Amino acid sequence: MGAGHGHVLYRESDSPVHRLPPEVKIVAMVVFTIAVVATPREAFWAFGAYAVLVAVVAALARVGPRWLLSRALIELPFVLFAVALPFLGSGDRIEVLGLRLSEDGLHGAWNILAKGTLGVLASLLLAATTTTRDLIVGLDRLHCPQVLTQIATFMLRYLDVLVGEARRMRVARISRGDDPRFLWQLRGFAAGIGALFLRAFERGERVYLAMLSRGYTGRMPAVWQGEGAASAGQWLVAATVPVVAASIAATAVVLS
Amino acid sequence: MHISNGIIDGPVAAVFAALALAALTVCVLRGRRDLDDRLAPMAGLVAAFIFAVQMLNFPIFTAGVSGHLLGGALAAMLVGPWVGALCVAVVLVVQALIFGDGGVAMLGLNITNMALLGTAAAYALIALLLRVLPRTRAGLAVTAFVAAMLSVVVASQGFVLQYWLGGTTDLGGNLAGLAGTMAGVHLLIGIGEGLITATTVLTVAKVRPDLVYALRSLRTPAVPAVPVAGGVR
Repeated sequence: MGAGHGHVLYRESDSPVHRLPPEVKIVAMVVFTIAVVATPREAFWAFGAYAVLVAVVAALARVGPRWLLSRALIELPFVLFAVALPFLGSGDRIEVLGLRLSEDGLHGAWNILAKGTLGVLASLLLAATTTTRDLIVGLDRLHCPQVLTQIATFMLRYLDVLVGEARRMRVARISRGDDPRFLWQLRGFAAGIGALFLRAFERGERVYLAMLSRGYTGRMPAVWQGEGAASAGQWLVAATVPVVAASIAATAVVLS
Repeated sequence: MHISNGIIDGPVAAVFAALALAALTVCVLRGRRDLDDRLAPMAGLVAAFIFAVQMLNFPIFTAGVSGHLLGGALAAMLVGPWVGALCVAVVLVVQALIFGDGGVAMLGLNITNMALLGTAAAYALIALLLRVLPRTRAGLAVTAFVAAMLSVVVASQGFVLQYWLGGTTDLGGNLAGLAGTMAGVHLLIGIGEGLITATTVLTVAKVRPDLVYALRSLRTPAVPAVPVAGGVR
């Protein structure tokens, strides 16, 4: 549990993107995604341009295409929906490879595939270059209400507590002669879930009281806040990505 | 039930984003009052629990959303409706920002369905059932089970409403089919969610009844809770 504050998707590196303050990256990522979603789906060239933009940022962040694409598989459920749409959609039918497909459905499938993939890639880039600690600091600097950052801080902290307790309980069960395998594990798992919750809570409560007694006031120490808040220059540098994306979107809207 | 970018059109997403923002503001204002020394770590743990549980998801082939447990009822039961909605919302925001689970531009829709609709439906049912049912362990179990199961179905119908308002692809007469698929799949998910919620709440209520928010109004307050440090900015 004393490990670093990274998460599974964080890639340790010292690239220009890693060095940007988190609040700047969060805003850039959100604006980029909104620009992508606002683009009319018939503007195929615009999505190509967005993909180039993502590739440039990935190269700057030293994130390889293989890592990025394999992590993007989380999107799979939506891709399956996209595959189904040409068969489910209504309206004009066109002939593709001997199949009668809905034209609207084909457009819809493309729409989901392109916008979904670009959104997932953008968030993966944010995840690869930002630790969870920095993410919270960024949200705090963006004036996210303190109740929310507080819940988020505890959530990320307690995830490790929860996983650690689950592992300890599993070891305890095995060492008492239980033989957890796939389906047979379910009964023990169901019976243990309430106990897991309580154990994790009591451990978490101790962590919380220890934090309080060391001067925790609901916000992370001021050192984190002051150090490395974004300068005007950094805002300008990071603004290039959303500004380019917004101009692409605006052009696509005007042209369509 | 995360909606990915591009499934619902921009204007509808924007309207729901505004709606979610307004509702979350109310939750923040009311939630601050609730958040004391006992509730702060509990809120974090509930959020972590929901986060972990939502990792297990599977696609619903004909709907373009993923099916998984929601956790709204557990949150409403343990930390109350206001903080509960905030817990689920925090989970959704972190998932959208760094895990790419649910589009960032669709966050308003996702928060409306899972954090607001799910938790509100669950709490309404909890408040009703706790009054009607006998105050026994069985009564509490039934309350948790029913609230969890129905809240999942209600949340899934939120998606159907949003798709009807602004789905990017016209499914023609298939909207009723979509509603049926969503309700059917989520009824099954709801049974699983109901069982997990009921076992968790029962265990907590047995060992630490002081931790169950929904039971607070039913007993006399023993010790006044200490306000959490920094709970009010």
